[in-house]
Amino acid sequence: MQSNATLEYDYSIVKLFMWTTVIFGIVGMTIGVLIASQLAFPELNYLLGEYGTFSRLRPLHTNVVIYGFTLSGIWASFYYTAQRVLKVSLSESGLLKALSKLHFILYIVIATFMVISLALGITASKEYAQMEWPLDVLVVLTWVIYGINMFGLIGLRREKTLYISMWYYIAFFLGVAMLYLFNNMEVPTAFFSGGLGAWYHSVSMYAGTNDALVQWWWGHNAVAFVFTVPIIALIYYYLPKESGQAVYSYKLSLLSFWGLMFVYLWAGGHHLLWSTVPDWMQTMGSVFSVVLILPSWGSAINMLLTMKGEWNQLTENPLIKFMVLASTFYMLSTLEGPIQAVKSVNAIAHFTDWIPGHVHDGVLGWVAFMVFAALMHMAPRVFKREIYSKSLLEAQFWIQTIGVVLYFTSMWIAGITQGMMWRAVDEYGNLVYSFIDTVSVLHPYYTIRAIGGLLYLIGVFMFAYNFYKTATAGRRLEQEPRYRSPMA
Amino acid sequence: MFHWLEKNPFFFAVGVFIVIAYAGLIEILPNFAEASRPVKGLKPYTVLELAGKEVYKKDNCIACHSQLIRPFKAETDRYGQYSLSGEYAYDRPFLWGSKRTGPDLHRVGNYRTPDWHANHMWDPKSVVPDSIMPAYKHEFTNAADLETAYAEAVTVKTVFNTPYGDEIKPGKEAFEKYKKEKLLPEALKIAKAMKRDDLVKMVESGKVPEVVALVAYLERLK
Repeated sequence: MQSNATLEYDYSIVKLFMWTTVIFGIVGMTIGVLIASQLAFPELNYLLGEYGTFSRLRPLHTNVVIYGFTLSGIWASFYYTAQRVLKVSLSESGLLKALSKLHFILYIVIATFMVISLALGITASKEYAQMEWPLDVLVVLTWVIYGINMFGLIGLRREKTLYISMWYYIAFFLGVAMLYLFNNMEVPTAFFSGGLGAWYHSVSMYAGTNDALVQWWWGHNAVAFVFTVPIIALIYYYLPKESGQAVYSYKLSLLSFWGLMFVYLWAGGHHLLWSTVPDWMQTMGSVFSVVLILPSWGSAINMLLTMKGEWNQLTENPLIKFMVLASTFYMLSTLEGPIQAVKSVNAIAHFTDWIPGHVHDGVLGWVAFMVFAALMHMAPRVFKREIYSKSLLEAQFWIQTIGVVLYFTSMWIAGITQGMMWRAVDEYGNLVYSFIDTVSVLHPYYTIRAIGGLLYLIGVFMFAYNFYKTATAGRRLEQEPRYRSPMA
Repeated sequence: MFHWLEKNPFFFAVGVFIVIAYAGLIEILPNFAEASRPVKGLKPYTVLELAGKEVYKKDNCIACHSQLIRPFKAETDRYGQYSLSGEYAYDRPFLWGSKRTGPDLHRVGNYRTPDWHANHMWDPKSVVPDSIMPAYKHEFTNAADLETAYAEAVTVKTVFNTPYGDEIKPGKEAFEKYKKEKLLPEALKIAKAMKRDDLVKMVESGKVPEVVALVAYLERLK
């Protein structure tokens, strides 16, 4: 701590990313609640004409939440954490500081055009990789800048050993770079047709089954390298910091990190079970998905055991609540995923609402909870102010927890109900239900899910208000808090 | 070794990259040549169908509809023959989808008609009373982007040797010729089968409504 006093960290870029986290969170999750409500009440499809249908809005929801909210939170955390664990300030290098600003500006430009183009229906149509080639080029550029900043800071570091969070940030950078490049290989059509048609249109380099393989190699690992790897970087920094406890086990962190790196990529095939990709790949996807429980639970258990002997903090500090529940949801989600990846279970679960249910217990319970905790841990240190309201944080925690539980339980029931109805046969072996029967039956669950989502969104608004007040009206702090974040 | 790696970021990064990259090499590469071979008799999409595929992408039908019939009796009873890899050989991108809020569409051309689609896209509840699918009325007035679809055909022919005839070639002139001789007549046939005068009139005026292109594409899914 003494060495920190002599080093003035530069948080200008951190603050910018923190604000975009809040804004994208509100936008993305509001759209989420709208589209969830549309499934229960289809009349809501007609609020915005052509631009307001479920189908057009769904990629907006996913992209804004993943690449807006989550990425902003990750980068805010990165620029905060990297300076601290490497013991180097961004202001020490004019170049890196300028590049970090460029990083933010390019990011905002991409996000803006992403929103516009998706609203207009301009899309490459691969899930979570919908952006067309001009935006892909900008993404690659931004990624390179992020890489330069990260390795630049590492190059200037005073602390020679890389802290665990940095391992995960490095993996995040490399993994996404590799996957994104290969999945977005596309041929702009205007170049080969003598300038005909829309200049931004392209076709995928891969066709059919190959395209599916590459896409889910990406799609699955986007979950790995955006929703898992950097979020683990977050928890490995913020939980020990906020609680004042040392990480429980170095060996367990080693095992989990290298295990996760080794296993994750293989598991992508579980998105393609019973499809036209070769059987051996499907089996590999299944098997490695089950193996994946080990490194996933390794990290989660390591974090939970970090709280050993200090569980009283769980009742006293809402940020500890968020983080402990986040690791618990991480365990739930990483157990549920492998279950769904078992071929016989997948036969029922695939294409049903159990899948969005699974995704959301992960992203709402684990990813977003960690992002909220990270932002609130950073806020007093970055703005040098006390957190505006502890009771608001507590209320947010409980409202959102209830929201998540309503969300995933309703989707579990909906998914399994639908999966069973699709395959139900009568005594003569004929299908019992027409497709529309299996849709109508879901209405109550879609309604419950929308309510769960709404509760969660209310929590996001509470968070946004709390965060805004902290930044502008929180009591000023003389000294940087050492461990627990001070809150009124 | 790990302690050493943690002090040497370059080698650390190299190590991480190797550990994550080789899975892709082993899993994905070997299958590439085999899986992209078309089934016998498979024809590439016509330009009108490609334009329809663009509408399918633009209004993002894959948010709720799959194009992948799995090899289970319950699925083949409901949708027909299970899907084969070679049937997708000209699908760039693949449109399998990941969610069935609505039914699978891989063989929808076998059991729906253009006029059924016309009614359904205009007002889904008119043919499926409990449907939760939104109406897509804008597709009846928006014109499909035929030029981009043509550009796509030229591109896949040039770059991937997709077997199109000589009439598919670069340049505005070739496109106009193709549009007049092939595209519009093909669209007119679909528009007439959809039994809506407004669609027929629009095609006759030289513009193809999005929904006509879309139905041409859906009819092709068999």
